[in-house]
Amino acid sequence: MADDKFDAIVVGAGPAGTSAAIVMARAGLNVALLERGEYPGAKNVQGAVLYSKMLEEIVPEFWKDCTGLERAIVDERVFVLTDDSALQMGFKTTAFQTEPANSYTIIRVNFDKWFAKKAEEAGVTLVTGITVSDVIKKEKQIVGVKTTEGDELLADVVIACDGVNSILAQKAGLHREWKSHEVALGVKEILALSREKIEDRFCLEGDQGSTTEMIGDITKGMLGYAFMYTNKETIALGLGCAVDDFQRTNIKPYDLLEELKRHPMIRRYIQGSTSVEYSAHLIPEGGYNVMPPLYADGMLLAGDAAQMINPTHREGSNLAMAAGRLAGETVIEAKKKGNYSAQTLSLYRKKLEDSFILKDMKDHKDIEDEVRKRREIMSIYPKMAVEAAHDYFLVDGLPKRDHTKRIIKRALSRRSLLKMAVDGWKLRSAVI
Amino acid sequence: MAETPTPKPMTLEDKLGLLTYKNDHTSHIKIFDANVCLNCPNKPCVTGCPAGVYNWDAVQKKIVFSHENCIECGAARMLCPFNNIEWNPPRGGFGVSYKYG
Repeated sequence: MADDKFDAIVVGAGPAGTSAAIVMARAGLNVALLERGEYPGAKNVQGAVLYSKMLEEIVPEFWKDCTGLERAIVDERVFVLTDDSALQMGFKTTAFQTEPANSYTIIRVNFDKWFAKKAEEAGVTLVTGITVSDVIKKEKQIVGVKTTEGDELLADVVIACDGVNSILAQKAGLHREWKSHEVALGVKEILALSREKIEDRFCLEGDQGSTTEMIGDITKGMLGYAFMYTNKETIALGLGCAVDDFQRTNIKPYDLLEELKRHPMIRRYIQGSTSVEYSAHLIPEGGYNVMPPLYADGMLLAGDAAQMINPTHREGSNLAMAAGRLAGETVIEAKKKGNYSAQTLSLYRKKLEDSFILKDMKDHKDIEDEVRKRREIMSIYPKMAVEAAHDYFLVDGLPKRDHTKRIIKRALSRRSLLKMAVDGWKLRSAVI
Repeated sequence: MAETPTPKPMTLEDKLGLLTYKNDHTSHIKIFDANVCLNCPNKPCVTGCPAGVYNWDAVQKKIVFSHENCIECGAARMLCPFNNIEWNPPRGGFGVSYKYG
């Protein structure tokens, strides 16, 4: 087996794993990248928005040949929805369009294929169609992995980037199973529509793109939100809600998606489109408070497997790429020392703390818990906002001062001033 | 004729019909103890699974499941209030293959 020994085995060819593999291979390490799908991306689902900065640090000028990119996002919108209304907010700027754009919509499977090819070009051994089922331990040290077919692969270090359902981290004893309130379930459809119609309906020029996040009645009081992203010739329309809410309410995720497609404020955008794919995926949303240990003797964790998500800001794959890179850099240093103990690998944690990753995760660690404590606000505030907008724009022969009084009176009947102040304080990190 | 703005309703079967699977004869899903489901009040696996893999069979009085429809989100493990569902990724190369993702 000695011939088979790698410097590093990376499990999972997603944003975290491929980033780690590329960084290590470029430094001359002998790296295996194992992917359970028939091809990279086959098992992966994302909204999907790709942020340029973290990818550029791994593949400079990626936008010149990345086949996964769809549209440069210049328009970011938020809709607050009730059954018949939408309070629409947004920010549109051509400044986000200059190459590289701040972010792009992507077709995730195309992106993962392209990214894995970059890894192969860097010298990584990519193996697809291989499911890892366990780690191999030699005393305390993790020294390789076992596959479902009974094969064993050895390495100095294993980086687990096997996603939200990380079997590997559990087998290694690094974390327990997630609880239902620590994960959200997302469902999505890809709706094919002509380029011209997409650009007209969303007011886009050429390869400009738009994203819309939607909160309010559409989630029926469940903790979550819906989204609508423009690709070149498809629209990604989906929603995600906490699994404990699906558990509690018995709402069927696909029924909710159908309701979203028929919502009077949404249906016109997708009119005449054809659904070409339905997908579902878990999103780790427990965040900082439930992060597993990020390193052990001979092992590192990155990406969804380590709960690296900032749901408040719709970020995840960028955290995964940055963490993958830092994990790779940590292994390069460990190889120089010839030591892969937990103590050496703890450098990874230090690097994450110095980066935006753990800073952002710490800043937003309690938001979901705070919303859960006051679940009713998921429907109260959207209603309040839409009613206020309705009265503000309504012309009914009454003086404006009466409208203002009515807005305030109705708002206070829905939530006391004190409660609103407490909500604002507790949830402030959602916006600042 | 003008198109109606309301999209045609799609059933779950329609949605799953869009997907490509490579079926494994062995199941990657297991129910640990069928008796546990008898006392489960609202059976969230039946409603919460986005692929409708789990169904309550009123005659056999047990949860029956069709692993070949699984789209591999893994939610079943957390949906079950009694940790009674074992879910592992299918063997290498098997299961659903997304084209867009």
